[in-house]
Amino acid sequence: MEMIIAKWNYLVVVMLMMIGLFTVMSRQNLVKKLIGLTLFQTAVFLFYISLAKVDGGTAPIIVHNAVNQDVLYSNPLPHVLILTAIVVGVATTALGLALVLRINDAFGSIEEDQILAAKNSDYGRNDDNKGDKA
Amino acid sequence: MLDLAHIPVLVVLFPLLMAAVCALLPFRNIAWLLATASTGMGLLAAWTGLEAHSGERVSYALGGWPPPWGIEFVADGASLLVSTVVAGLSFISTIYAKSLIEKEIDEHLIGKAYAAWLLAVGGIQGIVMTGDAFNLFVFLEISSLATVTLISLGGRQDRRALIAAYNYLVIGAIGATFYVIGVGFCYAVTGTLNMADLMVRLPDATATAPLLVGFSFMVAGILVKAAVFPVHIWLPAAYGYAPSAVSTMLAAVATKASIYVLARIAFTIFDGLDDMVFLILEFVLLPLSVMAIFVGTILAIMESDLKKLLAQSSIAQIGYITLGFSLGNVLGVTAGFVHIVNHALIKGGLFMAAGALTVVMARRVSIDSLAGMGRAMPITSSAMMICGLSLIGLPLTAGFISKVYLVLALVSSASWWIIGLVVMSSALSLIYLWRIVEAMWMQPMPASGRVREDPLIYTPLWVIALINIWFGVDAGRVFRFAEQAAKAVGAGG
Amino acid sequence: MAPETAILVGIFAPLAVAALIPFLSFQANLRDAAGPVGALFSFVAALIVAKAVMTGASPSVTLVTISEGLDLTFRVTPAGAIFGCVASGLWILASLYSTGYMRGNKEKNQTRFAVCYAVAVHAAMAIAWSGNLMVLFIFYEVLTFSTYPLVTHKESREAINAGRLYMGILVGTSVVLLLPGIIWVWLVAGTLDFTNGGILANRLDPAHAPWLVALFAFGIGKVALMPIHRWLPAAMVAPTPVSALLHAVAVVKAGAFTMLMVMVYIFGIDFLADTGASEWLAWLAAFTILASSVVAISKDDIKARLAYSTISQLSYIVLAAALASSIAAEGGLVHIVMHASAKITLFFCAGAIYVGAHLNKVSQLDGLGPRMPLVFIAFFLGALSIIGVPPLGGSWSKLMIMTGSIDAGLPLMVAVLAVSSLLNVYYLLEPVFRAFFRPVNTDVKVDTPLLTVLPPVITALISVVLFFAINILTSFSQLMVMP
Repeated sequence: MEMIIAKWNYLVVVMLMMIGLFTVMSRQNLVKKLIGLTLFQTAVFLFYISLAKVDGGTAPIIVHNAVNQDVLYSNPLPHVLILTAIVVGVATTALGLALVLRINDAFGSIEEDQILAAKNSDYGRNDDNKGDKA
Repeated sequence: MLDLAHIPVLVVLFPLLMAAVCALLPFRNIAWLLATASTGMGLLAAWTGLEAHSGERVSYALGGWPPPWGIEFVADGASLLVSTVVAGLSFISTIYAKSLIEKEIDEHLIGKAYAAWLLAVGGIQGIVMTGDAFNLFVFLEISSLATVTLISLGGRQDRRALIAAYNYLVIGAIGATFYVIGVGFCYAVTGTLNMADLMVRLPDATATAPLLVGFSFMVAGILVKAAVFPVHIWLPAAYGYAPSAVSTMLAAVATKASIYVLARIAFTIFDGLDDMVFLILEFVLLPLSVMAIFVGTILAIMESDLKKLLAQSSIAQIGYITLGFSLGNVLGVTAGFVHIVNHALIKGGLFMAAGALTVVMARRVSIDSLAGMGRAMPITSSAMMICGLSLIGLPLTAGFISKVYLVLALVSSASWWIIGLVVMSSALSLIYLWRIVEAMWMQPMPASGRVREDPLIYTPLWVIALINIWFGVDAGRVFRFAEQAAKAVGAGG
Repeated sequence: MAPETAILVGIFAPLAVAALIPFLSFQANLRDAAGPVGALFSFVAALIVAKAVMTGASPSVTLVTISEGLDLTFRVTPAGAIFGCVASGLWILASLYSTGYMRGNKEKNQTRFAVCYAVAVHAAMAIAWSGNLMVLFIFYEVLTFSTYPLVTHKESREAINAGRLYMGILVGTSVVLLLPGIIWVWLVAGTLDFTNGGILANRLDPAHAPWLVALFAFGIGKVALMPIHRWLPAAMVAPTPVSALLHAVAVVKAGAFTMLMVMVYIFGIDFLADTGASEWLAWLAAFTILASSVVAISKDDIKARLAYSTISQLSYIVLAAALASSIAAEGGLVHIVMHASAKITLFFCAGAIYVGAHLNKVSQLDGLGPRMPLVFIAFFLGALSIIGVPPLGGSWSKLMIMTGSIDAGLPLMVAVLAVSSLLNVYYLLEPVFRAFFRPVNTDVKVDTPLLTVLPPVITALISVVLFFAINILTSFSQLMVMP
């Protein structure tokens, strides 16, 4: 119990991660899948950020009057990394949503089971889809 | 002409910079020319580096920040070899892509398609060149987002491409995130992200449990990207429904970079932790590889769509590469690298031929619809046969060399059962090739008669087919490069 | 011509023919002349090489180094010299004959046929003169692939199915068993060069030797050992010239030759004799000899009967190699020559009967002898040679193998060979007796082109000549088994 409380940040990370992954796998709705994916990625961001926290540390900013003094500060590197990762995550989500729009245009649905059904009935045979502009 | 010290960054920069230009260009021919020029320059740079390489490690500190603080690009035997393969195949497929992209992609999107194309190539080159574990993730995502865009362009021909692209996006993102989690663990233990620095510091770490977790996450993530069984599910649809030119480029180079990363993780980053690495290699990667070989082959035998058949066979071929890596010794990893080179050539050629057939027939190509095409398109079809025979490992083709070295590595590590399984599946691959052969050559010519073949399509195809023969007859060079690569990644302890 | 040049000429003349034929296809006569001319070049080269080998030399040429320790080297061994002469010499006749046959039958795709035919001979020559096991394997596979279009020449459903069986068994066994076997040898011995006395003695654990022998025995599918013999009868769907040259000479003899090379130059006869590693193979070969003879009796189709006879005769050579006695191995080499000339005669005759009278069943041959006397006399001589009756070549090889089996301490094999001869008498002489001793059949229209009659007569005469020229053959075979 002690340990769990001491490491509560990791607990949150793992829970978020599992919720995200479960959403991706269990939902039929393509947008909800993307939400799950974002949650999953966010959990990893939190993981990195919480790694950087040093107990009692301040923000890693050089203060002029503090030169040559021992100042305890948090590790800035993970923040920088996660900044990059957030950008990547945003791009992924954006692209994913754009694709969902196109899928909606093409299939008239964003529910995976309906899409699969449509795909099979219209395009089951390879010879039928000659230059189709669905 | 080229300063060797700059090669690591040049191979990445040429395509990346030109991608931005292409995206803005409204002229499709100029976009194609730029794409060809930049991939060609990339090839020149990578090849110069590989030729001049003498065993030492060339490091390029990005932005002047010295490693391990700054991001480092590394040119050594392994990265230069894979980079040359990527550059060479992307160059040839860019040339080949012109007429196919014009036929399969809407006119106003062509410039942007080339931009995504170059971004994908640049991202892959970045994956290969970077010496920083986190930077690798960024390049992984650059290439995979560009790839998703390219795959979704196949939606004009077949809307299933959109689903394939979406699935690849989601599965790929999960894989990449797994990799980042693993990197996070290693960073937590060592406080560094530089691969070379990690290699030095990891053995001193007192906490081994987080390292095992980190290693497993990293490997699992990369296995997804490399389409190793059983996390290959995105690959057949992605390659099958993408525009033909895109399938060619992806099949030839995309998974190769990820497989190379696998070797980097196992043998470079975790070099000092052999016990742990070999445990995972022997009890996870090796069985998975063997299963991949079988499942891929059997699925290919049952598949009726040509491009998907080739994609299924890629699963099996990736299994051969990872099988070599999973042996962990120099001979095995060398065999893996030899097959990286040869399989890029084989599958590149086969997908090119499949693309040529697709545009001529203007529909998805199933095995049945191939009937008599050997007589209707003899130039394309005979080059396809050469690549196909190379795939099943006919002597005097590149595929045979791969097979010989893989079996040699297996014999030397006395893995008799695995040899049996590998050669058996290799013989099984004859079945799916033969379905194509019988359809193409043993049927009368279709009523439409001889087809006028496009030299811009069949010339690159024939170049690849001839290289397949060349590397089958004169394999010493490839073998030496592969051995150098195996030693550079640090195989064999 | 220096022997080294002759090696290149002998191997690459057929390939040059193959490359030229498509450009000559506008003129059928020119195209069909390319084969015999190339064959003549090849044969002369083979004679020059054989002459050099007879004096004890072993000329060699290295083309390229494929990879470290893997040279594309041709080095002519005494056994190879003989096989090279057989393959190229019989190609002269076979290419003449195939011209007559293809034209007489008005087959389609004659150009493709001629190209693949020449490539197959190229591969056979390269196999004969290969300097190490890997080169042999390479051209073994090339031979399989180049003969596939010949087997499926008719492009009928039946032909395609036969092609599947052909490729499936030959490629399957070679990849699954032969290649690992070769690589095993490579790793154990550190070399794959054909060396007198073998390379495995003192290097291979004798307990592993029977397994390695098994990899080779079943890996060399072309030798058609039971139970992997099915491809050979299936391949008979091919036009008769293919069956004649390839499935009596080039392909199956390449298998038998590979077997002999592996046993003599890789394992070494002494090693096999000391370890007894191949004794089980001798029994399997004996079984194949008898079983396939029995099957042959039940076949009414002439070519199918000849195919099973070939399976039986190939196992003579396997038996000879497996006995681990030098006189038997010599007999095996001599049998390659004797059986080639005799069996090609029989196939030529079968083809001549098919082209001339459109008959392909034994039971249809009643009274046909007087109508096509030359063909049936040639058939008779070929059959006698296979049965082993003097003065025909086949008697020598059978005698040598019998001597070898006593030498190897397996006298029972003599009985096997004797029974097999009796069965041969039954199924090979039946067509001849039907043809000559039944009332003359005048219903059938007979029209035999000269090009299909002359080759079998010549090869039948060669079988007779070989009986008297045995000394030349044994001088090679003695060189082969010299330690």
